Amino acid sequence: MTLTIPALRARGAKRRRRRPLAVTLAIAFLLAAAATGALAPLLAPHSPDATSLLDSLAPPGTAGHLLGTDSTGRDVLSRLMYGARLSLLAPLGVVLLSGVLGTALGLLAARAGGWVDAVLSRLMDIVFAFPSLLLAMLVVAVFGPGLTAPICALAVSYTPFLGRVVRSVAIQEGARPYMESYRAMGFGELRTTVRHLLPNMTPVLLAQSALSFGYAMVDLASLSYLGLGVRPPAADWGSMISQAQSAILQGAPGSGLIPGVAVLLTVVSVNVLGEHIGGSIARRGEGT
Amino acid sequence: MTARTLAPWIGKRALGAVLTVLVASVLIYGALRLVPGDPVLAVTSGRRLTPDQITALRHAYGLDKGFAQGYLAWIGDALQLNLGRSLTYQTSVTSLIGSRLGVSGLLIAYSAVLAIAVGAGVALVSAVKGGLADRIATVAASLTTATPPFVAAIVLLSVFAVGLGWFPSTGAGSGLTDRLWHLTLPAVAMAIAAFGVLARVGNAAFADELGREHVTAARSRGVDGAALIRRHVVRNALGPLLTVIGVLVASLFVGTAVIETAFGLDGVGSLLVTSVSRRDFPVVQGIALFGVLLFVVVNTLVDLALPFIDPRVTVGGPRR
Repeated sequence: MTLTIPALRARGAKRRRRRPLAVTLAIAFLLAAAATGALAPLLAPHSPDATSLLDSLAPPGTAGHLLGTDSTGRDVLSRLMYGARLSLLAPLGVVLLSGVLGTALGLLAARAGGWVDAVLSRLMDIVFAFPSLLLAMLVVAVFGPGLTAPICALAVSYTPFLGRVVRSVAIQEGARPYMESYRAMGFGELRTTVRHLLPNMTPVLLAQSALSFGYAMVDLASLSYLGLGVRPPAADWGSMISQAQSAILQGAPGSGLIPGVAVLLTVVSVNVLGEHIGGSIARRGEGT
Repeated sequence: MTARTLAPWIGKRALGAVLTVLVASVLIYGALRLVPGDPVLAVTSGRRLTPDQITALRHAYGLDKGFAQGYLAWIGDALQLNLGRSLTYQTSVTSLIGSRLGVSGLLIAYSAVLAIAVGAGVALVSAVKGGLADRIATVAASLTTATPPFVAAIVLLSVFAVGLGWFPSTGAGSGLTDRLWHLTLPAVAMAIAAFGVLARVGNAAFADELGREHVTAARSRGVDGAALIRRHVVRNALGPLLTVIGVLVASLFVGTAVIETAFGLDGVGSLLVTSVSRRDFPVVQGIALFGVLLFVVVNTLVDLALPFIDPRVTVGGPRR
């Protein structure tokens, strides 16, 4: 907080609990996934699109194909690395868009109050009643397969998650003495909100964004799994699983299970991270 | 709480629900107008239609009218259960959805029962026992919450259908027992993520009640064991659980899209997926409207039921 006394903060830092193992593992996994995606051209042993029907459905551990191959003989490890790009960037886009929208609308509702608040809150309730995957499928029906339209649709769909939290925190914080004093000093409403209120809400925003990232990842991967998301030759983890469906029924599940585990671990990691941030907010709240 | 305060509150809630469905329906109808260029050409891309059919389509969507008039015509028809005709199946959307509702309804009910029974059970045991049981339940809940339904589906398929051969891998079967057997893996796949949410919320609600003074007071009066749990803990924790169950049951409807596709079932969910990829707009609109309606109706009913289940829930401000 802006008004924390330095001595108190130092004592608090000493008492701070050690970072739990799960959180360290989660951060490590997310960094590793992001790095392999970014460095895929350097790290990938094969081209992600090089097919070889002779090598099709090689099990994991085969020489030259560490994680095996899919039904057209493409290297699963290389596809996993390249697939990390869209699989991670698309949910990030959703989180950033819904973050901006949710923060702006939440702050507006909290600071304006009155009928603006009433209308915005009602709108958020209405968006909330529209299941996110259903809205995403509706825009795919309109604009055709691809990721751009679903990313925008999901961003709208997740805006209430953040908007509601931002609104309630902004109302609480706005009533605190430091906001009163800034106002008394004659600072404008916009300036106090952006310069002083917003920075104090960063942990809440981060915690909520981490959870939204997990939801967005599952929704986008579901779309790709259903053949409504990324279009070939582009691939993400969801479309890899979709293409592995027939191989799974033939008893060679590797090429589908591996990207599935990648999605699962990413979602678990962001959830662990989000809960850790959320938990530290709660702990700090108890202290004051 | 008296009938005098209750009636206006019910009216207000119902009005809110109707408003939500109306705005959502404008969105569903309006989506078609967002299509760049001529909506009919976009919707019918890849299909050859005679000029007569195109004129009929324009008329059916109300594209020959203004937005408001077109919407009113569409929603008026929808209220009479006329959602137009499918572009690919050449039958009415209502009968198309109706013919597939049986499989999806059974699937949703089956997985809801599984998720509620196991989730609430685990939540209660972990809240009462604490310690190791609680830790295991917490880890299991966060893992299952993070499991995407399609990952659960392919794991169950490759282990129990392909590997062990205990369950069929596709189809919905015929007759009740055969159908239940066919729907077991899909229902489990859908229930897994729901289980995690229920176990968490349930655990928090039960643990909260267990720590309250009235439970300690009941213990000191000599109320113990099953009676204590049933009368003093479960009853009071029903509110938050029921709220989550309402959201879950409605979201299971959307979940059928992924699960029915993964397991090759002919339900409303797989119909939605094929209609989206074929851009069969009347069907997509119909199912979307149905989904939103289901979500709003279920959640409103849960909200309305709360004061009857738990008399402490006050409506519209503090009680006198």
